[in-house]
Amino acid sequence: MSENNTIGIVAPQTAHFNEPLTLKSGAALSQFDLVYETYGTLNADKSNAVLICHALSGTHHVAGKYSEKDKYPGWWDNLVGPNKPLDTNKFFVIGVNNLGGCHGSSGPVSTNPATGKPWGSEFPIVTVEDWVNSQARLLDQLGITQLAAVIGGSLGGMQALQWTIAYPDRVRHALVIASAPNLTAQNMAFNEVARQAIITDPEFHGGDYYEHGVVPRRGLRIARMLGHITYLSDDAMGEKFGRKLKDSIKYSFDVEFEMESYLRYQGDKFAGEFDANTYLRMTRALDYYDPALAYGGDLSKTLSQVKAKFLVLSFTSDWRFSPARSREIVKALLDNERTVSYAEVTAAHGHDAFLMPDEHYHAILRTYLSNIEVGGNHAK
Amino acid sequence: MQNNVNITKNVAQYRQDFAIIANWVKFGSKVLDLGCGDGELLQFLQSSLEVKGYGVEKNDANLLACVASGTNVIQMDLEDGLSGFEDQSFNTVILSQTLQAMHNTEEIVLEMLRVGKEVIVTFPNFGYWRNRMQIATGNMPVSKTLPYQWFDTPNVHLCTINDFDQFCKNHNIEILERRVITDGKEVNLMPNLLGSLAMYRLKSK
Repeated sequence: MSENNTIGIVAPQTAHFNEPLTLKSGAALSQFDLVYETYGTLNADKSNAVLICHALSGTHHVAGKYSEKDKYPGWWDNLVGPNKPLDTNKFFVIGVNNLGGCHGSSGPVSTNPATGKPWGSEFPIVTVEDWVNSQARLLDQLGITQLAAVIGGSLGGMQALQWTIAYPDRVRHALVIASAPNLTAQNMAFNEVARQAIITDPEFHGGDYYEHGVVPRRGLRIARMLGHITYLSDDAMGEKFGRKLKDSIKYSFDVEFEMESYLRYQGDKFAGEFDANTYLRMTRALDYYDPALAYGGDLSKTLSQVKAKFLVLSFTSDWRFSPARSREIVKALLDNERTVSYAEVTAAHGHDAFLMPDEHYHAILRTYLSNIEVGGNHAK
Repeated sequence: MQNNVNITKNVAQYRQDFAIIANWVKFGSKVLDLGCGDGELLQFLQSSLEVKGYGVEKNDANLLACVASGTNVIQMDLEDGLSGFEDQSFNTVILSQTLQAMHNTEEIVLEMLRVGKEVIVTFPNFGYWRNRMQIATGNMPVSKTLPYQWFDTPNVHLCTINDFDQFCKNHNIEILERRVITDGKEVNLMPNLLGSLAMYRLKSK
């Protein structure tokens, strides 16, 4: 649908922060870096900024390519670009790698300024709240007082929601996609299995594997394989692989079914490029996020001070972040008489659907985003 | 857009049933329109009465039209009830010409009365003489308010004004007002025979 309107070649930037950041856990980062990318042009009154919050394994590299040779563009390239649903002719789009990440922002793989060695196990546990606070610092540095919109899917949707709670005056629109106001026990249970796979890998070394020159590849691989099972629906897996064999039954434990081949490929690929300590922290951030906890579990009270207008989206076959969880957010907004629309998109792909260019899904985003008003001095 | 002059001006452009509904909705109140379609009624009420409006709609294309016009819309199936809405949280809950297509007819009316302080229900009157004539001549009625053939109609629970009056009585529902129209004009004489569209303003007793 939108192949000829890529943002083109992009480059990441790094913002350095010397002011200490106190984390929700009570720990503090005396200084930190955030790596980010921007697409489009910030208008004169800085009213057209859109922040994209990434999910578990996402990065700041949302759209475009670093060089013509790149095999794949950024992770949400189907959404972001000139004349795409999130139109960079209109908006100034920011992608940022979260704290604790492994793509350039301060995290376990980066150097601890106090020791000159990788942080490893010493890097503190970061939360959704901490991420949003650090993102706010980035906006300060960019001179952006208020976002036209904040957008995120899954864990990114939690950040979008948190933005409206923590900084009600700094967000005009929140697009919360395939997300939830907290994780269910079952959802947290998947995270625990993933973490156990990593932590019990003999090469994990309590999180300080860097100094041993190894990585807990096996653990990370299994964690990712498990994740991929939960991101797809039963139907989508059935349709994609069914019981298809690669060759024939060999009465072995080698790769025999197509599904196994897919999971192993995804696991290997991920284990080769992602950091296990980051994975542990991202899943913990998911587990801990529960903004209503401070309000006795009352989400309506939690959202009583939000000012943003909301678009909440879910996907019918998403069982990891089911539509029912999105409806909880919608209900709390309705209870507070906020401006909210909710779409339950019919999609077969499970949780992964939020990253796919489904026509109706993208039409909703395009339509909603095109209605967002941005200030003058910008051709639209 | 806030005074009566403009309201009158706007009304003229819209359907007669919209005008009656607008008369029943208070300025600046909170309104829930069930089966809101492309959001036309809500936009009318928002522009003329500055209501805080929300629509409920199942259909994807209609949902998109609502998003396009900036109408708050919640995608859900009315057959599942109104579980996402608190008791008495709206001044008015509207079900415009959708009742007859509902399977859980009884449930939705009771749910509306739970969520809304007042409820507006409109439906095509099956007792309208033209419908009766078509039945008498041996055919299922097809008309402006019932534009479907028997085999492709979404309507499963058609009723007459008498039937609905009885329904309200049986369910302890107070009829605050009833208006009946045919071809855009009010019908006062023998409404169950001469009225094509029935409009009710209801509340729980």
